Amino acid sequence: MANIFAFAETRGGELRKVALECVTAARKLADATGGGEVHAMLVGAPGVESQAASLAAHGADVVLVVADAALAQYSPEVAAATAAERIKAGGYRAGVFSASAQGLDLAPRVAAKLGQPLASDVVSVDADGDSIVARHPMNTNKLFSTLTIAATPALVSLRPGAILPVANTAAGRVENVAPALAPADARVKVVELREGAKGKLDLAEAPVVVAGGRGLKAAENFKLVEELADAFGNAAVGATRAVTDDGWRPHSEQIGQTGRTVSPDLYVAVGISGAIQHLAGMRSSRTIIAINKDKEAPIFKAADYGIVGDAFEIVPALTDAVREARRNG
Amino acid sequence: MKIAVCIKRVPDMEQRFKIAGNGTSVDETGLKYAMSDFDEWAVEAALQLNEKHGGGEIVVISLGPDSVQETIRKALAMGADRGVQLKTDSIPFDGAAIAAALAAELKDGGYDLVLFGKLAVDSSSGVTGPMVAELLGLPCVTAVSSMDVNGGSARAERALEGAVEVVEFPLPAVVTVDQGLVAQARYPALKGIMAAKKKPLEVKPAQLGSIGVQVTKMELPPERAPGRIIGEGAAAVPELVRLLREEAKVL
Repeated sequence: MANIFAFAETRGGELRKVALECVTAARKLADATGGGEVHAMLVGAPGVESQAASLAAHGADVVLVVADAALAQYSPEVAAATAAERIKAGGYRAGVFSASAQGLDLAPRVAAKLGQPLASDVVSVDADGDSIVARHPMNTNKLFSTLTIAATPALVSLRPGAILPVANTAAGRVENVAPALAPADARVKVVELREGAKGKLDLAEAPVVVAGGRGLKAAENFKLVEELADAFGNAAVGATRAVTDDGWRPHSEQIGQTGRTVSPDLYVAVGISGAIQHLAGMRSSRTIIAINKDKEAPIFKAADYGIVGDAFEIVPALTDAVREARRNG
Repeated sequence: MKIAVCIKRVPDMEQRFKIAGNGTSVDETGLKYAMSDFDEWAVEAALQLNEKHGGGEIVVISLGPDSVQETIRKALAMGADRGVQLKTDSIPFDGAAIAAALAAELKDGGYDLVLFGKLAVDSSSGVTGPMVAELLGLPCVTAVSSMDVNGGSARAERALEGAVEVVEFPLPAVVTVDQGLVAQARYPALKGIMAAKKKPLEVKPAQLGSIGVQVTKMELPPERAPGRIIGEGAAAVPELVRLLREEAKVL
């Protein structure tokens, strides 16, 4: 009966949703491999231990708290050294990280320190007999691979949003762990964290994404997209590469092969023709709506529902209708 | 500066993929290949750094069969100085095995900076760069979208979900390149293409590490049910909203 390690990502002293996803996946793996414990590591400034209860509520038996005044910001080297040291000492069957920007930075360092392979950016992880297997989208989500990890601990990073956090109360007893590297000795230092607008949902976390393309004709017309996103109330705004390359929108909003990958419940593509490079980033959305004036545009093949016509006429009408629908519950 | 850029030859993603008969890899018949997008930006970033900071040497390294020489020549045509092929019959999926081979090559190279793309668009793992950094004991910053090098140190920005992280680090270091670091990769000029043919390209056996993660099954994603055009213009909006409520249940 082996235990499972999970890394719980925080920002500004608060848990990220991906932390609960990792603990949920670790719990499931622990139960599938004989009912061992889940040990979740929480790194931050003193006070970060206040987040332990939420990890316990999602299945963490032990919360490993690494608290130090110098760890208010992410320190890749301290986090990697401390996680690797603990995983090595703990005899874990598997370690679960997030494939968020932070997790993609952290997990490979930990794996290399341990001399272990890593299954990166997986959408599921399961026990299959004595092996740990994971599913991994490849080639811009055009292929899915089943990865078999022949290593103990089996290390994975889990794509944000791929699984839902599940409540599953465990003991959550807190154990304090000292950093394995003095924070002052870290060479890479985060000197500033510039947060986006407060209350704005990130593309990876928003249940609805409203995205615009060249069909909007000018940067200022993106306000149509923003108004529709506002009407949904739980939407983030995305854009195509053409639009971010032209500087209409920031690169951080680009969805596609070289940008973000999203899989929201609803994706609304406004004035987007549907180049393969864009479809790569959104084809796994649950429901896709396309609004485009060209009825031959490839986006209509990817979409569940399409409306052909002028976005400047259709989008405001849809914005009003969505507001109305939400008002009436 | 002496800069190494590690690049990968990948299938062009605009193509339709088929699964090979073994069920665990892509059928390569008739596929077109190119340098992975992020790697092209890494080569461009290296060229711009040395143009700005008064020269140096840029070495491109690629692991794989002889076909990767074409990708190395492309980087040489863009302006890199020499190439190294770490020869192996096929490129393993496991980034840790690849990182071991790259680290062995880079170890005594005396590089100020080692650049990678943030991920290869085919294997989509993004692990090789930071693993190489750990094996070499070098500082590492991943997915960099902006960077200033100033003597022996650098300051970079990396995009997080809904935030930007600003980091400072000393050189030598390993940096992986995200979109935004360069506007776009330059096209090789004819002169560059001619010059590239005469630039040195060394071939060495790849000292791959042991393989611990393998693709044991490869599948195409399930086909989506065909979509439908429900109407034209704003008149179709009420029907769309009805479908969103009743069929898709997203409103």
